[in-house]
Amino acid sequence: MAGFLIKRFLQAIFVVLCVTLLVAYAIRLTGDPALMLSQGAGSVTEADLARIRTGLGLDRPFYVQYLDFLLGLFTLDFGRSFLGGTPVRELIGRALPATLALAFASLLVSIVISIPLGIASATKRGRWPDQIIRVLSLIGLSFPNFWLAIMLVLVFSITLQWLPPSGMEGWQSFLMPALTMGIILTATNVRLVRTAMLETLQQQYVTVARAKGLSETIVLYKHALRNCAIPLITYLGIQFGGLLGGIVVVERVFNWPGLGTLAFQAVADRDYPVLQGVIVVLSLLIVVVNLIVDIAYGLVDPRIRTE
Amino acid sequence: MTETNLMSDTSPILSVNDLSVAFGAARVVDRLSFSVRPGETVAIVGESGSGKSVTSLSVMRLVEHGNGRLTSGSILFDAGEGTTDLATAGEARMRKLRGNEIAMIFQEPMTSLNPVFTVGNQICETLILHRNMSRAEARAEAARLLSLVRLSDAERMLDRYPHQLSGGMRQRVMIAMALACQPKVLIADEPTTALDVTIQAQILSILADLQRELGMAVVFITHDMGVVAEIADRVVVMWRGRKVEEGAVADIFANPQHPYTQTLLSAVPKLGAMTGRALPRRLALTVMDGETPRRIGEDRDHGTADITAKPLLAVEDLTVRFDVGKTMFGRVTHRVHAAEKVSFDIRPGETLALVGESGSGKSTIGRTIQGLQAPTSGRILYDGKPVADMTGDETLRLRREIQYIFQDPFASLDPRKTVGFSIAEPIRTHGLLTDNKAIRQRVEELLVKVGLEPSHASRYPHQFSGGQRQRICIARALSCDPKLIIADEALSALDVSVQAQIIELFMALQEERKLAYLFISHDMAVVERMAHRVAVLYLGQIVEMGSRAQIFETPTHPYTRRLLSAVPVAEPGRRGRLPLLEGEVPSPVRAVGSEPTILKHREIAPGHFVAADA
Repeated sequence: MAGFLIKRFLQAIFVVLCVTLLVAYAIRLTGDPALMLSQGAGSVTEADLARIRTGLGLDRPFYVQYLDFLLGLFTLDFGRSFLGGTPVRELIGRALPATLALAFASLLVSIVISIPLGIASATKRGRWPDQIIRVLSLIGLSFPNFWLAIMLVLVFSITLQWLPPSGMEGWQSFLMPALTMGIILTATNVRLVRTAMLETLQQQYVTVARAKGLSETIVLYKHALRNCAIPLITYLGIQFGGLLGGIVVVERVFNWPGLGTLAFQAVADRDYPVLQGVIVVLSLLIVVVNLIVDIAYGLVDPRIRTE
Repeated sequence: MTETNLMSDTSPILSVNDLSVAFGAARVVDRLSFSVRPGETVAIVGESGSGKSVTSLSVMRLVEHGNGRLTSGSILFDAGEGTTDLATAGEARMRKLRGNEIAMIFQEPMTSLNPVFTVGNQICETLILHRNMSRAEARAEAARLLSLVRLSDAERMLDRYPHQLSGGMRQRVMIAMALACQPKVLIADEPTTALDVTIQAQILSILADLQRELGMAVVFITHDMGVVAEIADRVVVMWRGRKVEEGAVADIFANPQHPYTQTLLSAVPKLGAMTGRALPRRLALTVMDGETPRRIGEDRDHGTADITAKPLLAVEDLTVRFDVGKTMFGRVTHRVHAAEKVSFDIRPGETLALVGESGSGKSTIGRTIQGLQAPTSGRILYDGKPVADMTGDETLRLRREIQYIFQDPFASLDPRKTVGFSIAEPIRTHGLLTDNKAIRQRVEELLVKVGLEPSHASRYPHQFSGGQRQRICIARALSCDPKLIIADEALSALDVSVQAQIIELFMALQEERKLAYLFISHDMAVVERMAHRVAVLYLGQIVEMGSRAQIFETPTHPYTRRLLSAVPVAEPGRRGRLPLLEGEVPSPVRAVGSEPTILKHREIAPGHFVAADA
């Protein structure tokens, strides 16, 4: 186990290095932050711009800037925002919990809906409940998330006035963003649960469980479901990356004060330190989630544990 | 297993009357009736597709989960508290009976236990459900059940997972689970088919003891007539979904009435049937021609081996090991010692059988000769030349002249290619024929040779039965005029009647073409019929090798004797001779540095070698 963790830690460092290098390079292709900062300040001379660049440290060669950024990482110092000079660590510290809360709420919504529906779909294979669930899942897959978000706002906030349209205040504000992300995840997860379940229900130990006189609920939710867990967990791990990507859009629509909103703003402002910081945190999150997935394999399947 | 006449006055505990089961439009069980009394063992025998397993699932009313339907009849269960018709009982009532009054053991111990729960959890589940035990009580009872099925260290066994147990151990866990609530009826569906013979003997004796103790009625479903002779009081013979014959076990074997029963019994190879004969023997076959049996061929000795010829294949001190356990730094900690200093040779026209149980290394040796596995040390000589020193052309020739036939004929044919394509492929690969018309003609000849039709060339593997598919594999092996065929458990997946036909085909081809066979098998009765010489493998080493008569009539090494004694014989008169065997088939995995002792062989008679145990 210790060897495994060390290996994964080294992998994580490599991943973060690659991702930050790419991002740091790519963001510098988007344009000059000095131009953005000096907008609206009347006539700006080339000397003014150069002064702003020197102030931000942008006059140094790329590799010096990048190494400086990496050195900062060791002390968890992501630098300061180009706008206002707030430490990036502080900005992320405020946004990260909001994003995590939303991500896990979405996953929870998806798991709670997709497991019973997927199982129902598998056990009633080919009959009407299966048909309905599959059509619903296809509809869910076809929605773009921003469209769904806007529709929810239109119905629940504007027409019915039941839920706040934006911001993060109280549990009510979680409902719509979590549902938006959750429904889209659910659409794929239902299909995944159905396929894994169909495969598992063919196994002899399921027949054996029934031959023991166990109720269908125990047969399905104890004996069969645990055996479907490996493909499910694998997919949830992969999905998490996509989920974080999707969150950027959904956070914008609901004005959710998370990493997505922060990243979006940073791109618009060419605020290099903020964007780099957010990307480092996101890539670390994905690495950690995948590590959790690998550990979870061993927990649900003893055959993997002994390897 | 008990005296049948003592039981005949008690009323049946389970009686199936006029039962029909259909899947969609296909009627799989057709108006079947049989009954079983407390303490009695009724064997339901038949070949694949005869409806015997569907019958067992129907009694449990589990057939509906596989989309089957009970279309007629009743299944009356009476344990002295009133009669229940299981055919019409509701799901709630069935759940009370399943696992409690009627329990079931399945064929595949490897897949019958849920891999993600501990053995203890799976046994306790039943106890908590049906016997209202607390967790602690259930655990204590589960441990008692495990010691009842002769699993040592029962307490620790409870916390183990199925994958940590061998097949025999898992089947004993299954039995413990099935017997947890002391059921009145036990349905055993091919419970020993997937096990090695010595383990099968253990399981059968455990079942017999427990049946006596609990007075259970047992419905034993099997295709193995040897097992039937060993354990059944009465026999129900099924054929194409119908019962064709029923009777006391002795009568069925001594005086079978229905033509199908006669064919079935004539096809069963009986261990010991060849005593006193020096050579293998081709036997006349009885096959079903529609509803009537037809006898084909004749009995005659099979003296194709030329013992004066120089060996076609010689294996010298072959050792094959593979690494298994590794530390995190990639250092090997354990190795499988699949073969250790194995030597033998095969002459043209000769069949050498390699016999042994799982883990004995018999398949690895076959794979190494074929070049699918690299030897760790030792030499393989083909036609007098070491295979390792061969030039490219010679290697190609070797690949052509040694062909392989596997156990699972379906898995070894490409499902998306016509069988004609599969048979022609080696011909094209080796450039034996280039003209398409000539190739097609050759494929058709080969199909006829193995007893199929020329028109079958354009069909796909799924359109054939298991036996036909194995014939196709044989045709493919023959397509490049081989001199040696390695048959790795090539008959094991086939029904006995089909098996008898394939044995006949193997022998006919041997006579015609002087083919040599390396016949890898665990089935001693088949080996006795068709091998010229036999090598018995145990943990990667040959413990005894000699002519067929030497091995079967004067088995000398204790392991050979043990192996032979474990084989059930299809003669009810000889029952009760199964010895009480203990222990597991040992594992060939050893820690690095722990070398196995290499056995030395003594020649106790000309050509009869026995390992002198250290």
